[in-house]
Amino acid sequence: MLGDFDIAEEAVQEAFVRALETWPRDGVPDNPGAWITTTARRRAIDRLRREENLRRKTETLQVLAELEALGGSEDDVSGIPDDRLRLIFTCCHPALAIEARVALTLRTLGGLTTREIARAFLVPEPTMAQRLVRAKRKIHEAGIPYRVPPSELLPARVPGVLAVLYLIFNEGYAASSGPLVRAELCEEAIRLARVLDRLMPREPEVRGLLALLLLQHSRREARTDAGGDLVLLEDQDRSRWDHEAIDEGLMLLDQALTVRRPGPYQVQAAIAALHAGAPRPEDTDWPQIAALYGTLARLSPSPVVELNRAVAIAMADGPELGLPLVEALGGVLDGYHLFHAARADLLRRLDRRSEAAEAYRRAFELAANPVEREYLLGRITELGA
Amino acid sequence: MQYMLLIYGDEKVRPSDLPPEAMQQDMQAWFQYSDWLREQGWMVAGDALHDTDHATTVRVRGGETLTTDGPFAETKEQLGGYYLLECENLDQALEAAARCPGALYGSIEVRPIEAFDAPEGG
Repeated sequence: MLGDFDIAEEAVQEAFVRALETWPRDGVPDNPGAWITTTARRRAIDRLRREENLRRKTETLQVLAELEALGGSEDDVSGIPDDRLRLIFTCCHPALAIEARVALTLRTLGGLTTREIARAFLVPEPTMAQRLVRAKRKIHEAGIPYRVPPSELLPARVPGVLAVLYLIFNEGYAASSGPLVRAELCEEAIRLARVLDRLMPREPEVRGLLALLLLQHSRREARTDAGGDLVLLEDQDRSRWDHEAIDEGLMLLDQALTVRRPGPYQVQAAIAALHAGAPRPEDTDWPQIAALYGTLARLSPSPVVELNRAVAIAMADGPELGLPLVEALGGVLDGYHLFHAARADLLRRLDRRSEAAEAYRRAFELAANPVEREYLLGRITELGA
Repeated sequence: MQYMLLIYGDEKVRPSDLPPEAMQQDMQAWFQYSDWLREQGWMVAGDALHDTDHATTVRVRGGETLTTDGPFAETKEQLGGYYLLECENLDQALEAAARCPGALYGSIEVRPIEAFDAPEGG
């Protein structure tokens, strides 16, 4: 009946023991034979269930531990591609808090130490250790499956994984403290995107993200000057861009686009590609960029995308046309330093100097990164306010 | 693994306040959902609870039993029912929660059942 003789035998014995305990107290049941069978069956089911749970949990924990030991030790993913892919999806499961997903991914796949992750995200090491322990415990106790989701779940789950990688990249690209760029985080995100792309070569958004990261990262050397000060896109020395990374990014983007399943990362990569492809700032195809931001706004609407679109329109058609579009976003973006910086820039171009200085001051108050603050301060001084 | 789906919602919004046809539809949705859970082989148990108007809270303090009318805590959304499921993993439990009719207007909290390896006994 139960398929496992040992368990059945043990269960019957347990049922007899239970009978010895309860019958003298509660009286002998009407049908003692049936009572024994029912009790034995319940015991056996309980037992099987517990053993099954324990087996499953132990397995997950073992794999996690093994992969943690392996993680990031080498770039070669050919050895255990399935395990890595399963691990990415497990670490980025939507049932985990986003901070936990980022930390787990960096720890188990990026091979960063707890101390390094703590430093990257500006939290004390014990806090980060706690966060990792809690996340692993949840994977274990809540039964988060260690697997690549079945194909019907993939469309819902891939974007979450990409978001984690993009978050890691962005923390490196515009660090909230210290030097502007923390290359090691950017490079880690690129490495992980590469792994994911190699494992899921038919997902155009994965390749789109990899292309986007490469194109963004190609400007790293030109984004600050010798003194560590911020250099805006239009003032950057384009010969210092990493043209190898740009070529690779453009090639990957082309491949992704041929699949004809556009998504937000492919569109952002296309925007980055237009910047990368312009030999001089004045060669930038701003109308096309504005149109792509329009596409992006439809695919993943957000006020920040609208802000970028407004800026692109200002660049394409003139600041007097862009400014009202930027200012319309003041309600939602009032706490965002780049909103005030963008507005200030347009006011400056329109020669409305005192208003521009005022807006730069707001941006300065809100900006967290010292390099960005230094830049904004420079602009305020320049306007003589 | 076993999971409990705790179904929270605003109990002031009562199905009985709906027009009869809509109420019928709502009931139908819940019946169909329970059937689907059974077909999946996940259903262990499931019930709706009476409103918190009918709740009684009991505490024992210093050997004394304190019985009060009403729920343990006043909240905006109240526990209105539950399902106990036996599934393979959290993804299945989350899928079950997303299909629950209550998810359309309330929230479903998914909690794994903790299994103890306590010594068996009387």
